[in-house]
Order: sequence, then C-alpha cells, then structure tokens
Amino acid sequence: MARAVTTRRKTVNTALAWMVAVIIFFPILWIVVLSFKTEGDAIKAPLEVLSAPWTVESYAVVQERSDYIKHFSNSLILSLGSTFLGLLVAVPAAWSMAFVPSRRTKDILMWMLSTKMLPAVGVLYPIYLLFIELGLLDTRVGLVIVLMLINLPIIVWMLYTYFREIPGEILEAARMDGAGLRQEILYVLTPMAVPGIASTVLLNVILAWNEAFWTLILTAANAGPLTAFIASYSSPEGLFYAKLSAASTMAIAPILILGWFSQKQLVRGLTFGAVK
Amino acid sequence: MSITIRALLGACAVSALAIAASAETITIATVNNGDMIRMQGLTDDFTAKTGIDVEWVTLEENVLRQRVTTDITTKGGQFDIMTIGMYEAPIWGANGWLVALDDLSAEYDVEDILPAMRNGLSHDGTLYAAPFYGESSMVMYRTDLMEKAGLTMPEAPTWEFIREAAKAMTDRDHDINGICLRGKAGWGEGGAFITVLANSFGARWFDMDWRAQFDQPEWKEALTFFVGMMKESGPAGYATNGFNENLSLFQQGKCGMWIDATVAASFVTNPKESTVADKVGFALAPNHEGVDKRANWLWAWALAIPAGTKKEEAAKKFIEWATSKEYLALVASKEGWANVPPGTRKSLYENPEYAKIDFAQMTMKSILLADPQHCCVKPVPYVGIQFVAIPEFAGIATEVSQEFSAVYAGQQSVDEALAKAQALTTDAMEAAGY
Amino acid sequence: MATRHSRSAARLMMAPAVILLLGWMLVPLTMTLYFSFKKYLPMRGGDLGWVGFDNFVRFVSSSAFWPSVTATLTLVLGVLVITVILGILIALLLDQPMWGQGVVRIMVIAPFFVMPTVSALVWKNIMMDPINGFLGHLTRAVGLQPVDWLSQASMPAITLIVSWEWLPFATLILLTALQSLDREQLEAAEMDGAGPFARFFFIMIPHLARAITVVILIQTIFLLSIFAEIFVTTGGAFGTKTLTYLIYQRVVESQNIGLGSAGGIYAVILANIVAIFLMRIVGKNLEA
Repeated sequence: MARAVTTRRKTVNTALAWMVAVIIFFPILWIVVLSFKTEGDAIKAPLEVLSAPWTVESYAVVQERSDYIKHFSNSLILSLGSTFLGLLVAVPAAWSMAFVPSRRTKDILMWMLSTKMLPAVGVLYPIYLLFIELGLLDTRVGLVIVLMLINLPIIVWMLYTYFREIPGEILEAARMDGAGLRQEILYVLTPMAVPGIASTVLLNVILAWNEAFWTLILTAANAGPLTAFIASYSSPEGLFYAKLSAASTMAIAPILILGWFSQKQLVRGLTFGAVK
Repeated sequence: MSITIRALLGACAVSALAIAASAETITIATVNNGDMIRMQGLTDDFTAKTGIDVEWVTLEENVLRQRVTTDITTKGGQFDIMTIGMYEAPIWGANGWLVALDDLSAEYDVEDILPAMRNGLSHDGTLYAAPFYGESSMVMYRTDLMEKAGLTMPEAPTWEFIREAAKAMTDRDHDINGICLRGKAGWGEGGAFITVLANSFGARWFDMDWRAQFDQPEWKEALTFFVGMMKESGPAGYATNGFNENLSLFQQGKCGMWIDATVAASFVTNPKESTVADKVGFALAPNHEGVDKRANWLWAWALAIPAGTKKEEAAKKFIEWATSKEYLALVASKEGWANVPPGTRKSLYENPEYAKIDFAQMTMKSILLADPQHCCVKPVPYVGIQFVAIPEFAGIATEVSQEFSAVYAGQQSVDEALAKAQALTTDAMEAAGY
Repeated sequence: MATRHSRSAARLMMAPAVILLLGWMLVPLTMTLYFSFKKYLPMRGGDLGWVGFDNFVRFVSSSAFWPSVTATLTLVLGVLVITVILGILIALLLDQPMWGQGVVRIMVIAPFFVMPTVSALVWKNIMMDPINGFLGHLTRAVGLQPVDWLSQASMPAITLIVSWEWLPFATLILLTALQSLDREQLEAAEMDGAGPFARFFFIMIPHLARAITVVILIQTIFLLSIFAEIFVTTGGAFGTKTLTYLIYQRVVESQNIGLGSAGGIYAVILANIVAIFLMRIVGKNLEA
C-alpha cells in the first residue's frame, strides 16, 4: 500500500530531521558536556571546551555539598504519590463523565481546567497560612496533596478522552451478564483503558517532577525535591557553569531516562482526545 | 564478604553514635555564597563540639529571600536560623520576629564585632543578628593597565578621575573595558550600586517628609554621569551585569577597574580562579568632586533566630560558633587567612597574619568609612546606605532599578526613567501610608 | 443507557474530584478575596483594616499594570504561534521515513522533561550569556558583537526559552494526530493531481485542527502562569513583567498582600476571559 520511497528522499529527510533534532537537543547535550569539565574550562569557547580534559570533579563537589539521594527520593515520592492519588480520584470522575455524560459535563471539564489558570503567587499567602494551620509545611504528604490538586484537571481530562473512545456497547454487554459497577470498572473498563492510564501516569509524573513553585516555597530541610536541590546551584559567587551543569544533569537525568524508555507510549498516548 | 560485613557493622556503629549524639537537630536557611558553603563543610566541627546536628537549606539569594520572608511573616517556624542581611535585621527585629542576641557568652566577645556592623544589625540598641561576613565597596583596578595608561590611582579617587582613567584604559580591540559596574535590575544588585553612586553626588532617596527625590537635580546628574561613563568605557550589555558577571569579567582580565563589594577582593586575587591575581590594586570608593560622601555601601550577611523556635538554645550555640573568633581561626587553618569571612571582627584586622593580606586594610578602611546612620549629604529620615530600612524599600527599589536598567540598555532616556521612578515611588509610599 | 441509578452513581463518582477541586479553588480564592479588601502589610503589623476597593484601584492605576497585561498576552501568543507552526513542521518531518527515527524522536521530545528552572538557568547562563555563553562564543567566532539577549531582546529571548520547553509537547500531539491520518486519502488526492501544498492545506490542516486546538488549550493554561522562566532570567526587567510576575512583586517583594491579592483577582478574571474565549473555539472543535 505504502508508496516506495526513494533513497534520495529518505536521505534528505534523515539529514533534515537529524539537524532539527540536534538543534533542539543541543542545550541538554551541552550541559552534559560542561558537567564533565572544570569550572575554568567550562566558560571557554566551544572548541576549547571540547578539547579540554574530562573530569568528574563537579559531580564530586555537588555530591559532597548536597544530599542528592534525599532530594531524589523526595522527587520520586512526590511525583509517584501525587499521580497515584490523582488517579484514585480521577478515574471514577472521568468514568462517569465519559459514560454518563450530562449537559454540564463539558462545562465541568472546562471549569476544572480553568482552576489551573489561577496564578500560584496570588494565593501564596493563603496556601502558606493553611499549611501552617494544618501542620503540613515541609511534609511530603502536604506536597503530594498540592501536586495532586494541581494536576488533577489534566488527569481527569486525559482519562475522560480515553474512556470516551471505549465503545459503550461492551459495557452494556458486561452489564447484561450481571456485572456490577465495581466489576464493570475492574474487569472490563480497566484493561481497555490501560494504555490511556499509562500515558496519563507518565505525563503526570513528568509534570509533578518538574513543578518548581510550590515544591520550593512549601519545603525546608525534609521534603525538598530536586527543584530545591537545583536552587542552591544557580548563580553563586565565582564560576559555576560546571557545577550548575552537573547538578542539572543529575536533576533531569532520571526523568529523561524514564521519558526515553517510554517514548513510544508517550508518542501514541498523548492525544488528549485529539485523535478520533 | 567479610569486608562488607565489617563495613555494615561500622556503619551501624557510626549511626548508633550519631543517634546518641544528636539530641537535637537545627535547620538553617542560608544563601549559596562561597563563605556559607565553606561553613557547611565545617559543620562537623560544630557537631563534634556540641552534639547538635545541623540540616542545611541552601538557596540562591532571591529564592532564599522569598522563602524566609514568607516564613517569618506568617510565623511558619520552618527554620531555627535564617541567613538575612543588614536590610532585614532591623525591620524584623522591630517587629519582634527575631530573638534578641543580648545574652551571648563572655568568650564570644560581642564588643569585638565592628560597631558599624553591630549598629546595622540592631534595632533600638538590641542586636538581632550576628554578622557572618561583612562588606563595604571599593575600587579594584589593574595595576598593569593603570601603569600603561600613565596614571596613578590615588588612595581616595574622585569620580572624575575614575572616568578619565577608565577612558584611558579602555581598549575595545583587545576586549578591555576601562570600567565594569553593576547595571542589573534588582535592589541588591544595580539598585545598590546606583544608590551609593547617587549618594556620592549628593542625592538621597527621600527627604525628611518621606517625599521621593528622583525629581531633584542630583539624581539626574548621577545617572547621566553613570550612563555616560559606561557608554565610553563599560562593557557591552552591562545592563544585565551584576556582581557575578563583573567578577567573571574581571577575573578574565576584561576590566580595567571594578567598583564592587570588598569581599570580591579575595576572589580576584585568588590565582586559582583569576587570570589577573597578581595585578590587582585597591582604592577607596570614589566621590564626586566637592561632595563629601564616598560611594561605598555597608552590608553584612548575618545569622538570626526567628522568634518562636523551640531550639533557641541550640541555635544560639550555632551562631556563637559560626561568628566566633575561633571559627575564623578554623577557616584560616584549613584554607588560609585570605579565605576567612571578612569584615566582622576588630581582632581579625589586628591580627598580624591577616594584615599581610593586600586588601585587608582597604576593606577595613572602607567599612569604617560607611555610616548607615548618615548615608547622604542632606538629612534623611532613614537608616541604611545602599538601601532604606523600611519594609517597602525592596519592592520599590527593584522596580526603580528596572527602570534604570532599561536606560542602560538604551530603551529609554534618563529623564523618562527618573519620572517613572518618582511616580512609582510616590505611589508605593502612598499605598504604605506615608 | 443512562438510568437514574447510574446517574446518581455517576454523580457520586464525580464527587471527590469536583469537591476537591472546588475546595482547592474556593478556599484560597475566598481568602484572596478577603485580603484584597484589606490593607494587609505583614511587615507593618499585618491586618490594618478594611479599605474597600482601594487595592483594586491602585493595582490597575499603577503604570506597570497595562504593560504587564500586554507582556502576558505577547508571551502566550508568541509561544503558541511558534510551537504550533514549528510543531506542525517537525511533526510532518518526523512522520517521514528516515534512518534513526527513534533517536531523532527522543532528542526532539527531550526538552519536555527538563524542569522549567533548569531550562531557564541553562538558557540564561550557558547559552545566552554574552560573554561566556555558547551563543556569545558563536557570534564572536564569526566576527560579530555578541547580543545581550536578556536586555536587548528580552521578550523574544523568554519566548524562545518557553517555546523550547513546549515545542516537544506540541510536536508529540500533532505527530500522534498525523499518524492517524488516512494514507489512502492522501494518495488519492495525489493521484488527482493535488500538489504537496494543496494536500497540506486541504487535507492535513483540517485533520490536525482538533490536535491544534488541544495544543492551544493545554499550553495556554500553563503559559498564563509562567513564573520560573521570568524569575530566573530577567526578574521582570526590560518589559518582561507579566501579570503573574507583577503579582509576585506586589506580594513578595513589596510585602503588600492586599494589593497583590487584588492583582490575583484580576488574574483570575483574565484567566476566565481566556477560558471562556477558549471554550468558544475549543468547545466547538472538541464536540465529538
């Protein structure tokens, strides 16, 4: 069916695509390179940087100065915890919106999304005061809740669009066979929705991992994730490119690797109902 | 295998010890400057002496300010010690948010702390924060370039001399700018610099009735002078240069002169970082001819205890350790005298070892010359030199300095910027109820 | 299929999400509203009494207000235009057969995984710094004077940074949509003599319409509250002070909670205007 592609065209495509990809990827590539140089070499002209000796000095300094493992595990707990909690709340909501739609479903969805448009700084004091009252400052629980709430609209919407693509007849059939609501969700719906749920989980882990406002303002010594770790390496006195690069590489590497392994899932899954 | 077991046993023993020893853990918020990073590295010495563990929250300056200010104003109680500046200490002290440091031990010798620093960190005579390091500002210049230009830097230069010297040193073909100065927006960056420059031209922020003074001729003269000089001899794009950018320029030999914090002296003379380490001279910050005020500020990063912490005693112990004479000796023994946190104690400047360091005397002189009670030629209702110690100042000065930076970037004229500064300051002061 | 029983069950299932979000929205919003009618200065003793609409008047009459609205809209629109156009082009390219497609795809989506603070720091220092940055070295190498991006071209620079972050997202969604395009339809059009441009505009673009709306919707939501990128790079100088940043300045730097809260309310209003506007265009496009 597919037309045979000429080698020439494929070569042109390949060259063009690689060029674009390298340009887009370049800043990340460059910080990885700089992270293996000394501070003095890191500010040199690009060719000199490349020819300078490689070293893990900056990683050693970063490792000595801050507790990477603590920040990393906090990031892990926060992003997984908030995503899991979010799913718990969002799956039923999305299910009912998709299968028992009412006239107001669309409005509710839009309203949910619009809650994301409030600027966080505007409610900084109210939230901080609330956290003090509830004793949630600098706790992972508090942050898991906040991150869950921040991303909940996106989760609900993504799941809604996936669920909507599941044909209703299958559910009818299951119901005819005497399946209750719980079985219906557990045995019929869930397996069909797994790819969609997986994409949702992925996107939310990424969003939670990268959230940098509340995770900085609401934490101190205990619950700070990698965003707090990074905040101690930006523009100190003296040269800092190599240390900043090393810290940045350490902060983004885990999520980057996760993204790479699951990129097929992401490419297929990130539709938001855009594909009919 | 046996090695692993031994290692495990060792680890257990160590952690058991740690649990036994760490009756208490204090949390300290600090800024990611070199001296503080060094202090973190030396924390073990404190823990060994007192058995108190320390958790560090190290943040970049702007993030730190946002973080600790939110916490102190809401009484969040997240930190047992906060690193704050000379701007915050008196304001927070006046609000009763900080524990008074009036019962420090005798061997701590609070009288040894330079009076300028003590006054700047006190409110109504009560000390609320102990200075970790202090600074003024001074001229740092390249002795070789100065010689090449056929000039000699006096110990106390005028702005007019600086401008001429800068012109003579500038060699743009060889990437040498006669002078590098801060232009970056932000009250603690370019805002601080232009304020002290204006002070030395006879300007002030407010008159005795708290009226903004940007419509006065002194400000216009100062700003016009600054922009003119930077156009002649400053680096391209100085509108985004702050302390750090200028430090890097100077270290790479791209500046003839640099007027900035005295703490920079140890960085530019450090041969490990600086390509011009052995060619740096120092002089007092300049004044405008006929004006009896020099353009040097006074600042300290200090440690303070938020009121309401349950670990007040442990926190005090830490402050006594970190700002003590012994701490200075400890740093000196590990990293040399040039690297001890400067500008806080008289005894440091009386120490013959320290006096051998090039910049020590000039730092001391600059600090002694700075008087936060009398920033300006004309009388003012406020305390502070490069800042005004009122809560509204940080917000106002950041916006004002943004208008100025737009001038440096060539996006508006001096008159436009001053008019906007006047309007926004008046408006903000009105909002605050002055 | 929707019996009364399943309707009430549905409501019950929706309840936790709706209640949580309602709480998340209403509690801070109510507190913000409360503060916005007060003279609330934490540095001067906190609550200094009711002041009516003073804060609201002051916030809009400040010379920084309208420029901040313009800056917000410029940034959002700029990023949307760049990411949608480049996103379509890159998606078209990635959809073609080539060698090493997997690696190319990975590289293109990588910026999406970088936290905003990191990308702002990296772009500001390591890429755009006129003295030590990569672009500075590059321009000097070809004999030109380096551009000080963040002062001379501040808005384009921030737009570039944010677009870099969001381009992968747009590309991903558009690529997914493109892959679902009916190949036979394209081939039929080609047989009928439709050139590549005709095929692009009459077949692909209509097919991508839904995906483009989704990209616009999701990105707008995130872009309206952009903060870290400005905080790290210009700190609001050189005309990059968005509404969000202006509120930050009022609340944190000026410590004027009342004034900042009034700004927050304005931001909510702006967000709702945008939301209604989006709903009009998106709602139509999203109808199944």
